[in-house]
Amino acid sequence: MEKSKVWKFNHNVDTDQIIPSQYLLLPTIEEMKAYTFEPLIKDFAKQVQPGDVIIAGENFGCGSSREQAPRVLKELGVRAVIAGSFARIFFRNAINIGLPAIICKEAYDKVKQDDVVELDMSEGLLKIGDETLTCTRLPEYMQTILNAGGLIEFLNKEEVE
Amino acid sequence: MRMTISEKIIASAAGLEKVSAGEIHTVNVDRLMSNDGTTHLAIDMYNTLLKKPRIADKDKLVFIIDHNMPADNPKTAAAHKKMRDFAREHGIAFYEGKGVCHQIMMEEYVRSGELIFGADSHTCTYGALGAFGTGVGNTDFLYAMVTGKSWVLVPPTLRFHLTGKFREGVYPRDLILTIIGDIGADGATYKVMEFTGEGAKAMNINERMVLANMAVEAGAKTGIFEPDEAALEYLENHGRKPKYLFKSDPDAVFEKEYHYDLSKIEPVVARPDNVDDVVSVDEVGDVKINQGFIGSCNSGRIEELRTAASILKGKKIADGVRLLISPASNTVYLQALQEGLMDIFIDAGAMIMNSNCSVCWGGCQGVIGEGEVLISTGTRNFKGRAGHKDSKVYLASAATVAASALAGKIVRADRVIA
Repeated sequence: MEKSKVWKFNHNVDTDQIIPSQYLLLPTIEEMKAYTFEPLIKDFAKQVQPGDVIIAGENFGCGSSREQAPRVLKELGVRAVIAGSFARIFFRNAINIGLPAIICKEAYDKVKQDDVVELDMSEGLLKIGDETLTCTRLPEYMQTILNAGGLIEFLNKEEVE
Repeated sequence: MRMTISEKIIASAAGLEKVSAGEIHTVNVDRLMSNDGTTHLAIDMYNTLLKKPRIADKDKLVFIIDHNMPADNPKTAAAHKKMRDFAREHGIAFYEGKGVCHQIMMEEYVRSGELIFGADSHTCTYGALGAFGTGVGNTDFLYAMVTGKSWVLVPPTLRFHLTGKFREGVYPRDLILTIIGDIGADGATYKVMEFTGEGAKAMNINERMVLANMAVEAGAKTGIFEPDEAALEYLENHGRKPKYLFKSDPDAVFEKEYHYDLSKIEPVVARPDNVDDVVSVDEVGDVKINQGFIGSCNSGRIEELRTAASILKGKKIADGVRLLISPASNTVYLQALQEGLMDIFIDAGAMIMNSNCSVCWGGCQGVIGEGEVLISTGTRNFKGRAGHKDSKVYLASAATVAASALAGKIVRADRVIA
């Protein structure tokens, strides 16, 4: 299992917090990523390290359909978002761009900011201290898209066959 | 058949006799809308990532610039140019400066019974005409643009029975905020909110849009009404015919049923920073405001402008308060002009903005500063939604916004009129 540092977020984190509206029309995700979580955490983009994970409460990613939200997280190297539940458009967008969005009901109450956890994505296991939690499996169709690396990669693969 | 309206639309789009909640199906999408919030990214992906770039059916596509309209800086202008050039090159229907995308879609395109994807969360608005509209990201949009298809997880349906009549000074806006306050910001996640009953039937299409539009604020995949005479009349007035007129079967399966007596609904506000933190206007306490906003895909139509004008007529907004008004489309704008509403607004001290997402989107127009308070008919009140991260947004009806702009603090409209 790979070790990851935890960024802990509350319930109902909306996509305006992940990437505010005024940055969405910047030309590239590369340029937008500096503003990730700007309303909530000063300099998140500078502090987050590739391989870190986000652990949040219920309804992560509610609000707007902006795909920039999962994309800036992926661009910064966030390995996975683990939440009690997800808003549906964020959930679908994350899988579509190849960012693992993992539902794990118990994780939120068991972690603190800066904890180190171990995540085994192929088995859907999350180890927090001595405890190992089992995460909810994706529907098979969505898992296939995620395994391909996202919906565009999935489409490109279909084109070959 | 045992199907809901939504299941019937998905079944027809999938070419199946019957579908049930929880199944995943491949569907043909009737129409695809994308706005300037994400289209520049979709175009970059189209140009750089696709093995076989192509457009399945250009006649199903609509591009609309409405979010940062007009452009507020050179980078926005570049994103708009990319969209404009791509639309021209590929013969895609293109609108800019004509209004908020969902209002334009309702005026120009949506037909009852269609399955529509929009790269905007408030695509659920189209359920006012009995279409299944749902918000997607730009990757889903791109996939559907290229293949003409997508996949849908069939959602279960929550049914809301509306009975009785609103009292004077209470509006559909108060009802949908009340419902979201009751069921929560994730109370309908991945589900459909179907509105039915005499109270739903009594609403015109514009009023139904207020309800369907905010379904996503409870997490819903869409909000929908049974298309009836009012829907047919709306379509006829806009030169269209329905694709299908589906009704939910008497024995259709609903996950849960809710009952609302409209005569018991009060004027309410949603407090910052959550759409489901809803209280009656009388309970909100002494809240001074810096700015009011009337507009958006939720509440920028002629009904809301008439309501606001009836409260503002012959009065002046409070010292130090700005009131911004953005009609949802140019059609609405012209009608308001003809009815003399714009004169009333300007006499009262309001600013009239062009038809666009404006203050609701918080990206370019009428943003508020640190510590400021906005009362808005927009769709969301998230932290920093309308500007500085430490500003506050209250959501309310056009009547409450207009009255609060006169009083300089949040008040019920009937208190100001009295």
